[in-house]
Amino acid sequence: MLVNFTPPSASEYIRVLPEILLTVGGTILMIAEGLAGERHRRGLAPMALAFLLLALGGAVVAGMDPGPAFNNMLTVDGYATFFRLLVLIVGILSVLISGSYLTRENADSADYYALILFSLCGQSILASANELIMVFIGLEISSIATYVLAGFLRNDKRNNEAAIKYFLLGSFATAFLLYGVGWIYGVTGTTNLQEIHRFLTSSESVYSPLLVSACAAMMFVGFAFKVSAAPFQGWAPDVYQGAPAPVSAFMTAAPKAAAFAVFLRVYSIAFSGLTERWQPILWVSAMATMVIGNFAALRQDNIKRMLAYSSVAHAGYVMVAVVAHSEAGVAAAMFYLASYAFMNLGAFAIVTHYVGKGERYVGIDDMAGYARQQPLIAALFTWFLLSLIGVPLTGGFFGKFYVFKSAIDSNLIWLTVLGLLNSAVAAYYYLRIIVVMYFHEPTNETGAAGPVPAGVRLALIGSAIGVFVLGVMPSAVLEFANRSAMLSR
Amino acid sequence: MTLLDIVLFLPLVAFIVILALPKTLSRTLALATSMGIFIVSLGLLAPFLGKPTSAVSFETNLIWIQSPAIRYHISLDGLGLWLLLLSTMLTPLCVLISWNYITDRVKEYYAFLLLLEFGVIGVFVSMDLFLFYVFWEVTLVPMYFLIGIWGHDRRIYATVKFFLYTMAGSVLMLAAILYLYSRAGTFDYPMILQLLSSGRLQLTAAEQLPLFLAFFIAFAIKVPLFPLHTWLPDAHVEAPTAGSVMLASVMLKMGTYGIVRFCLPMFGNAAHQCAPVIIALAIIGIIYGALVALVQPNMKKLVAYSSVSHLGFVVLGIFTFTQQGMDGAVYQMLNHGISTGALFMLVGFLYERNHSLEIKSYGGVANVAPVLSVIFMVTTLASIGLPVLNNFVGEFLVLQGAAIVSWKYAALAGLGVIFSACYMLWLYQRAFFGEAGEGVRHHITDINKRELLAIAPLVILMVWMGTGTSLFLKPITAVNAQILEQSKINVEYQVKAPPAPSAEPAPATTAAVVEVARAR
Repeated sequence: MLVNFTPPSASEYIRVLPEILLTVGGTILMIAEGLAGERHRRGLAPMALAFLLLALGGAVVAGMDPGPAFNNMLTVDGYATFFRLLVLIVGILSVLISGSYLTRENADSADYYALILFSLCGQSILASANELIMVFIGLEISSIATYVLAGFLRNDKRNNEAAIKYFLLGSFATAFLLYGVGWIYGVTGTTNLQEIHRFLTSSESVYSPLLVSACAAMMFVGFAFKVSAAPFQGWAPDVYQGAPAPVSAFMTAAPKAAAFAVFLRVYSIAFSGLTERWQPILWVSAMATMVIGNFAALRQDNIKRMLAYSSVAHAGYVMVAVVAHSEAGVAAAMFYLASYAFMNLGAFAIVTHYVGKGERYVGIDDMAGYARQQPLIAALFTWFLLSLIGVPLTGGFFGKFYVFKSAIDSNLIWLTVLGLLNSAVAAYYYLRIIVVMYFHEPTNETGAAGPVPAGVRLALIGSAIGVFVLGVMPSAVLEFANRSAMLSR
Repeated sequence: MTLLDIVLFLPLVAFIVILALPKTLSRTLALATSMGIFIVSLGLLAPFLGKPTSAVSFETNLIWIQSPAIRYHISLDGLGLWLLLLSTMLTPLCVLISWNYITDRVKEYYAFLLLLEFGVIGVFVSMDLFLFYVFWEVTLVPMYFLIGIWGHDRRIYATVKFFLYTMAGSVLMLAAILYLYSRAGTFDYPMILQLLSSGRLQLTAAEQLPLFLAFFIAFAIKVPLFPLHTWLPDAHVEAPTAGSVMLASVMLKMGTYGIVRFCLPMFGNAAHQCAPVIIALAIIGIIYGALVALVQPNMKKLVAYSSVSHLGFVVLGIFTFTQQGMDGAVYQMLNHGISTGALFMLVGFLYERNHSLEIKSYGGVANVAPVLSVIFMVTTLASIGLPVLNNFVGEFLVLQGAAIVSWKYAALAGLGVIFSACYMLWLYQRAFFGEAGEGVRHHITDINKRELLAIAPLVILMVWMGTGTSLFLKPITAVNAQILEQSKINVEYQVKAPPAPSAEPAPATTAAVVEVARAR
């Protein structure tokens, strides 16, 4: 309210340090390119990395002094810090794998890195948004940057298709979200999550539950689209397949994690009084997402498209944690998204390198006998795939374990059983890649992409360590998630 | 740190060392480390010799993950002891039989073999449900690669089928483990048993049955119990010899071990309730496996189907809920491990020489390879249950247990013993007797020293376990008695705690049901 406006204090600025650093970094990158000219393009990726590391430090600093900022529009709690760190790490890994790809495609430019930074800025806002308008703003900043990234290779038809599809459908879904926000403001007179919660649970308030449910449903459309949950997952395979490989890696990890962050926050705070209304719908959505993702992935021969469907399926597992609607569920979702980010980025990092110039080698069969040529890379790929399957001692296993444990604790026994069976189905298509890499003999095309560049190597090692740590010593991350899962209402 | 921790983690260390050092050393390293592990593991015998006890030894109980509390809780008792020793003994033998056969990607091969050993030892010593599940799944990965890379023509189909079958079964088990956790608040297995026996954790009949089935199906796929056995012939036929040996001798036992260790003590009611159906399936498996084995033209497939038949005996023995039946079942697990392991090795020796698994491409082998033929004969006789050799003891005990429950079970299962004599002796006749053909005379040579070294321990054990039974059986009996007791406690408790809290349970009914339970 403008009447009792007080200028924000210094500590409030510190709480948005990552956003500030990302915005400044993105802007400097764009200016620097103009000043330095063509010849200095090699320095762009390191520069972007430097800004990301700064922002990572900023997120840690911001997280050390938790609290609300800017009239309670943002709230920097453990939950927000967790997701900020997560998306920033994803950003770093994505930039690491992008350098060699962009050089190969002759698309080196500062815009790319600036867009990644801006997109991360939006996601960082999403992680800490405590108010529906901020949710919308964060979502738009994040999305618009990703729309452009999806079509970054301007001369490529599939890139354009991906971008247009993503943009049109994405805008439509966000419009639903905004409409829902408008209605809820109409009903409750506020956009602040805690106040909405208080209004909806107070015995004195007068409102139509049906109308509020409609608001929740419309916002579900927006969120479900962003996290690629059924029945709004249709865009995902086309976009992830069509977008440049490193962008797909980024999109399946960071924006998705941030969208889940805000999804969970809105539903566990604002709509926590209406659980019995939205839980059945989300139950169906989670189930459908898993089934569609896994069964469609079974039939794919294009490795990117398969990973795209797998990404849909994994969104389904996280949805299970959302349906559980408990602190354990929130913590499980956080843990799952972290481990998914690592294993998925690892897998996409290899694909990014492997597809070669013009993304020629995208069939699963193109990887025939890869283990003979690059035993280490094939072993790492296997490690990520085993994690995606959910074999114990990998991060993916603990992710699934915590998700389904939270579901059992919330008495969702059928969802657990069906979800776990789904994950057994999923084993088949991940195994196909291992089969091809290890059990088939190499062809002439195998390994045409040549040796693996340093950036990709670094990202691979980072992701592999991430998957290992989350799979063998998950305590620290889980503790953090558990402590942060208590969202203040 | 106990000796058991060392035995458990040495294979993992060996796995890493083999991967790290150049591949020219892999073979030697694998042999040296696996021999070393076996020798160290013999030290585990110490507490079990002489005194029959159900107590556990070498217990380590540490927190692995804080919340939810997942423990690194391992210990050894008479049930796990022999299976563990079987695994540690077979691994060096498997290295020996692969010595010249494996020429491609040598380093990975031996590394996976050691990783497999790590997994199976873990399965037999885990006392935390979560830890058990982890090891259970970990064994899948090395076996998947062992079959997939070094197997025969249809290896990819076989290995994917193997992986998916096991995975599908085990995710159900995971769901059940999670459910148990939500009820008991712990994954610690002895703790859960304590809660159950003290009545602080009460599983209703409606809960027990699905939980039992979730565990049981996971184990039954591994055993494999008819009709879930279809992955087995494929996996066995396509696996390299060492893979078949490990699969048959150790990995199938993980299933039966799981049934004895987990299904019976935790879900006594449901186990009793399902026993007739399971016994029926086991008997079908015994007869079906034997009949299918009879008509196999492929030696490895024949041995694979004979496994289905033999494992049927094990399951039958377990579900008789008698001391004899259980003892026989556990003894039979070891026997099958030894005699079928030996059979797979021998078939592997023949294959290495003649590059064929078809029975018809042999004949007259006895003329050119007398020592090999004698060993094959001893193994055959052991496998069909000739007295003085090991399988006889196990089968006898199982049949005795079955006869206590119903003479029909014993009679039907006895048919399986007769059939096993048919298919094994017929195989022997066709492959070893008669005129030696062109191929046999050219390719078959007698067993060499390395092969003799690999098979000799198994032959010695066949005789030893057939004659010195009590040494092996004592620790098993004690544990089985305890497990039988635990599976009964549950039966009584369901009667003691009827759903209606107000009405006192009618004493007559209680006594009657307990009586029935005792009788079974």
